[in-house]
Amino acid sequence: MGSAPPIQTFSLCKEYGGKLAVKDLTLTIERGEVFGFLGPNGAGKTTSVKMLLNLIAPTSGEGSLFGAPLDNVNIRTKIGFLPEHFRFHGWLRANEFLLLHSDLYRIPRDVSKARIPELLDLVGLSRHADKKLNTFSKGMLQRIGLAQSILNNPELVILDEPTSGLDPVGRRLVRDIIKELSQRSTTVFLNSHFLSEVEVTCNRVAFIKSGEIVKISNLNDLFEGTLQVELKATNLNPETISGLSQWCTDIHLEGSRLTFQVIGESKLPLINRYLVENDVEVFSLKPQQLSLEDLFIQIVGSEGEL
Amino acid sequence: MSIVFTISRLTFYEASRRKVLLAAVGLGLLFLIIYGIGFHYLISDLEQNIGISNRLQLNEIRNFLLTAGMFVIHFLASIMTVLISADTLSGEISSGTIQTIVTKPVRRWEILSGKWLGFAVMLTFYLLLMAGGVMLIVFVRTGYTAPHPLRAIALLWLNLLLLLSISLLGGTTFSTLTNGVIILGLYGIAFIGGWIEQIGSYMSDISTSQIARNIGVVTSLIMPSEALWRRAVHEIQSPLVAAIGFSPFTSAYYPSLAMVIYAACYTITAFAFAIVLFKRRDL
Repeated sequence: MGSAPPIQTFSLCKEYGGKLAVKDLTLTIERGEVFGFLGPNGAGKTTSVKMLLNLIAPTSGEGSLFGAPLDNVNIRTKIGFLPEHFRFHGWLRANEFLLLHSDLYRIPRDVSKARIPELLDLVGLSRHADKKLNTFSKGMLQRIGLAQSILNNPELVILDEPTSGLDPVGRRLVRDIIKELSQRSTTVFLNSHFLSEVEVTCNRVAFIKSGEIVKISNLNDLFEGTLQVELKATNLNPETISGLSQWCTDIHLEGSRLTFQVIGESKLPLINRYLVENDVEVFSLKPQQLSLEDLFIQIVGSEGEL
Repeated sequence: MSIVFTISRLTFYEASRRKVLLAAVGLGLLFLIIYGIGFHYLISDLEQNIGISNRLQLNEIRNFLLTAGMFVIHFLASIMTVLISADTLSGEISSGTIQTIVTKPVRRWEILSGKWLGFAVMLTFYLLLMAGGVMLIVFVRTGYTAPHPLRAIALLWLNLLLLLSISLLGGTTFSTLTNGVIILGLYGIAFIGGWIEQIGSYMSDISTSQIARNIGVVTSLIMPSEALWRRAVHEIQSPLVAAIGFSPFTSAYYPSLAMVIYAACYTITAFAFAIVLFKRRDL
């Protein structure tokens, strides 16, 4: 079990009343990865996470965490989880809440007595240790929830939309915690539709749409190659533009500004020569890397799923 | 086992933080004070008017007042059981609070058992306080003790555990409101069935029909809570009261021991089903 991947699933499906919420989820996540699970609202991200944690039973397929079946209880000593729209017992004080969850992890009391103040400090809630959770703001709850998810020094942390509802300071905190976890080679599974945090924290991402993974890629490979090019030129005629399609995709013309995508920088001199040979007056040819947002829209489409 | 205790401690803690314990114990004590004062003056009145000669009648009246007190306690504790436990699962499921709990290295049966144990301990204390209080008041004022007080308390206790188990069972599947409506509905059916049975048996001299009695048996099988109460009354009743007449506090016809065993099995089965359903439930 020592080398088994933190998460491995094979063809997990979940059906609700005849409608497939998740289709054929097949994934392997290796140790130390920070894995971003991206998709629009309602794409099946939370359903997938719930299956991993045995909150809901898959309709078919199977999976394992560290080599143990998903319904194995003991393996969860290695796992931390922050649910989406988490709600906790509001009548507990912050430190009592963490102590309860330490007890549920079966962490010895003397260990948790030392660990809890550290964690409260880490998430910036030391001053509020004795306050009841029902007096907490949404951001404070998210912080205490995050502290809860790393109480046991987990080897795998599953975070479901951890920054939704957080202000910029809170988001930065989440990002820093994820980075710190990754430095300690903790595996992180991050459900998100906030692309900026995925961009700076994850090393691999999957895009999910209508319950299906449409693309899995290393973050670097994802950007590698595809360039968004902006051309400022005059004397562009339709034949010249259509001739560009031998190298380019996604060609749009707006006045004297032409945008297109091209794979590989090496195509740029060819394109330039072609334009000059066709009497186009080139003022500038600017390649830019695609943003994750552009990719996201390209991969999962721009129409939100309701 | 430690998880079971952690959860039951949490359940206890929640009731205390939300002032449920304070309200229940405070109002319970108020009930006992009023009962004690009322009992004292009623008995004093009767002693003066009846005279010392009619000891037998006095005894029956003490017994009647004791049973009346026990009836209210039985009713209060039953409603209390439903109120405090109907929301514990369905509420945590609908709010999502349960998600961070069940994803810890805990088994779902441990969570359910912890909750059951926590509530059971609270209800046991409540019942002992109230039923014990009423019996103590009667004893201190008049020196009277019912024939089998502990058996009666044990039967009322079983009724509370029965309601608790059904309430947890309902909570695995239904919303809090639906759950409460279902249990109180069942309780009502058992109640009316019990009355029909009582009247039927009271009239058994003049009626040859067994239908009324059978209705009572059927409703007791559906929900044995009223049967347990009738049996509890039987345990604290002096034989004469049973003979003289019919009232909500008398038990002209009392359920058999088999019915008590049935109720105990019902309780265990309901709890076992709750575990199975909770285990399978998508959260």
